[in-house]
Amino acid sequence: MTMIANEGAQEMRPRSELSARELFREVGAVLRMSEAEASALGDLPEDPEDDQTMVINMGPQHPSTHGVLRLMLELQGETVLRCKPIIGYLHTGMEKTAEQLTFMQGGTNVTRMDYLSPLNNELVFSLATEKLLGIDGDIPERAVWMRMLLSELNRMSSHLLFMATNGMDLGAVSMMIYGWREREEVLRFFQKVTGLRMNHNFIRPGGLAADLPAGWRDDVLRLLDMLPDRLEEYDVLMTGQPIWRERLQGVGVITPTEALALGATGPILRSTGVEWDLRRDMPYLHYDEVEFDVVVGTYGDAFDRYAIRLNEIRESMRIVRQILDRMPSGDYRIQDKKVTPPPRARIDESMEALIHHFKIFTEGFRVPEGEVYVGIESPRGEIGCYIASDGSPTPYRMHMRAPSFVNIQCLPHMMRGGLVADAVAVISSVDPVLGEVDR
Amino acid sequence: MGVVGDVLSDGLGGLSHNVITGRIEDLVKWARSRSSWPASFGLACCAIEMMATGAAHYDISRFGMEVFRASPRQADIMIVAGRVSQKMAPVLRQVYDQMMEPKWVISMGVCASSGGMFNNYAIVQGVDQIVPVDVYAPGCPPTPETLIHAIETLHGLIESGEIMRRREVTGAGADVHVEEIPATSVPVLLGSS
Amino acid sequence: MSAEVTTDGTEMSEDEVTLLHGCPLVDSRGQQVLFVSRDRYLEVLRLLTDEGFAMCVDLTAVDYSRFMTRELPDGVTAERFEVVVNLLDISARRRLRIRVQVPENDPSVPSLFDLHPGTEAMEREVFDMFGIAFSDHPDPSRILMPEDWIGHPLRKDYETGSIPVQFKGAPS
Repeated sequence: MTMIANEGAQEMRPRSELSARELFREVGAVLRMSEAEASALGDLPEDPEDDQTMVINMGPQHPSTHGVLRLMLELQGETVLRCKPIIGYLHTGMEKTAEQLTFMQGGTNVTRMDYLSPLNNELVFSLATEKLLGIDGDIPERAVWMRMLLSELNRMSSHLLFMATNGMDLGAVSMMIYGWREREEVLRFFQKVTGLRMNHNFIRPGGLAADLPAGWRDDVLRLLDMLPDRLEEYDVLMTGQPIWRERLQGVGVITPTEALALGATGPILRSTGVEWDLRRDMPYLHYDEVEFDVVVGTYGDAFDRYAIRLNEIRESMRIVRQILDRMPSGDYRIQDKKVTPPPRARIDESMEALIHHFKIFTEGFRVPEGEVYVGIESPRGEIGCYIASDGSPTPYRMHMRAPSFVNIQCLPHMMRGGLVADAVAVISSVDPVLGEVDR
Repeated sequence: MGVVGDVLSDGLGGLSHNVITGRIEDLVKWARSRSSWPASFGLACCAIEMMATGAAHYDISRFGMEVFRASPRQADIMIVAGRVSQKMAPVLRQVYDQMMEPKWVISMGVCASSGGMFNNYAIVQGVDQIVPVDVYAPGCPPTPETLIHAIETLHGLIESGEIMRRREVTGAGADVHVEEIPATSVPVLLGSS
Repeated sequence: MSAEVTTDGTEMSEDEVTLLHGCPLVDSRGQQVLFVSRDRYLEVLRLLTDEGFAMCVDLTAVDYSRFMTRELPDGVTAERFEVVVNLLDISARRRLRIRVQVPENDPSVPSLFDLHPGTEAMEREVFDMFGIAFSDHPDPSRILMPEDWIGHPLRKDYETGSIPVQFKGAPS
């Protein structure tokens, strides 16, 4: 029973150094199948010495690995036989840092995990904290709708960035310029609302940091008016284009069974035809009150994942329009003295408010003992926050279930048997954010 | 204004105006600062802002820097964009060593400059422990404007020769002395004024 | 007093310990938590998988060495480590959380790899961060830290503070 796990090499070892048993085991590990299944694959050379394969290393400093992902590929000619993602090159120790920061400060930490959808990270952390505090039902309506608005806009900006990088990875460099142009527009709105382009720390336990600024509605409407035409441009530039379809269709195929077994979520799971979107299936905020469609694919290939994301931008726009119609007036944060700092004006006139303000920002608010897991749908899949609290103002343990971390484990499956030139297309279609993979 | 019709037959004699003379060192420094190609060393959030700087709205090509090189051997400036983990540090150093002299480093963002908010076991507390840094860009992440400002500052330092002088004296951009790896061939040294 | 119920949790009340597959099932802020002993871990997870919890969304661990007084149901002894598994039933749209107590002197748990292949990376992460070994894991190596790293960072007795750079075979 007791096993001293070897702290062995993380690299993929060449075939010649492995016995047949070890090889099957490793193939099984990489392909996530049992030893017996791996040996039944039959494409492994019988005699390990008589091999015609080579192992090449891709990354961690590579322009199309989306950051610092490192892949080791075993090739036979141009065909990928084995592939192993090696991660950790951006390990930031955020879960350890989270134990030092109070629940109030925690947002600054989590927002830097998935830096392409920071508001979703803050949202899931806030939701988990609120559940622990037992105030998850008392958040003012306006705050909930504002959170939805920001979350959807963030989904749009994230997917727009995917459009840009996916285009660039496949050689459509002009797409890079277009995608950024649109993303810049969304970021401009974020900057107006939160003051920052990224890493906002705007959604906080109890509500939001501030109310929406004057004229926000016109800004959003301008965005919504502008984007449909631009998305049409994308369709013209990419969706119908034969080269684009050639590069993506049938590349990086994954079946629903595999995706479910590997725990993949988000566009990857949906591309296989499994309708699973936490916004619809396990609604949080007020997603059960808005109308939208869950976009699913059929073949589970890179093209489906591209098309899903493109259409999710359209669905998000649909949701944002409904949010605009329904945005209530009211408070943007809960008026709970335990959680919310007093308004700035009160500090000048009331000693208690001053003390209160001081306590919240130095010591933080205490959160009852317990543990809670909350999962929401980020642009990349299910992002979950597991917090264990020991009753102090800091989380005892904060763990993020990062969608990219799980999704990236699908890479060996998607790449197996494909061409090495398609490796870039596959990585790009998974859309991993390494900050979230490594945390 | 003298117009040269055919340089081969007329020679430079046809040039009566528009001749600038200068020291070769100054011209070299001028040329270096005007087309310094960055190595794409994107790590984390800052890399996204670095890409935004290269995109249409901020358009880094105004400064002759739009050519992000994937290979460090073709690059002049390494923009360390993001937090450097303990696992990444040797890789970063290797990429730096692969770059050709003269080379410069911009430390983009607080994580690269000092570890930022991540003062923990995983993050190198300042990339200047690994490579000599010439310009630190603050911010988390720095906006494209900040990065452009950092790049412009670096261009100014390159043009004035300030950086090369300092490096000759201390051997590093920052305080940490970095040992040079012995090269197999003799490098051609330019602009050592 | 105990009663065998399904994970709907409709029959639960304060003083009644609900059992699911013989393990105490607790309601924690509206979420179902099942306390499974280490010996029955694989068996119970296999039963749960057959019941519909076919997707393992998350596997992590907690080092409770500074919070041994945490609330646990009767019959569960607090140990230093806890492995936490989050299961998802897509067709019935429900979640279940498994908490397994892992003692300090023998930090090892059977691997879920055969049941949920997606846990391969998560178990490696838990091993890397907590030093909890997963027996029968196909690739028991570190995943986030460099392979020659000493210690397990997310343990409570591991210092947070910054440390000097560890180079591995770097040209000086």
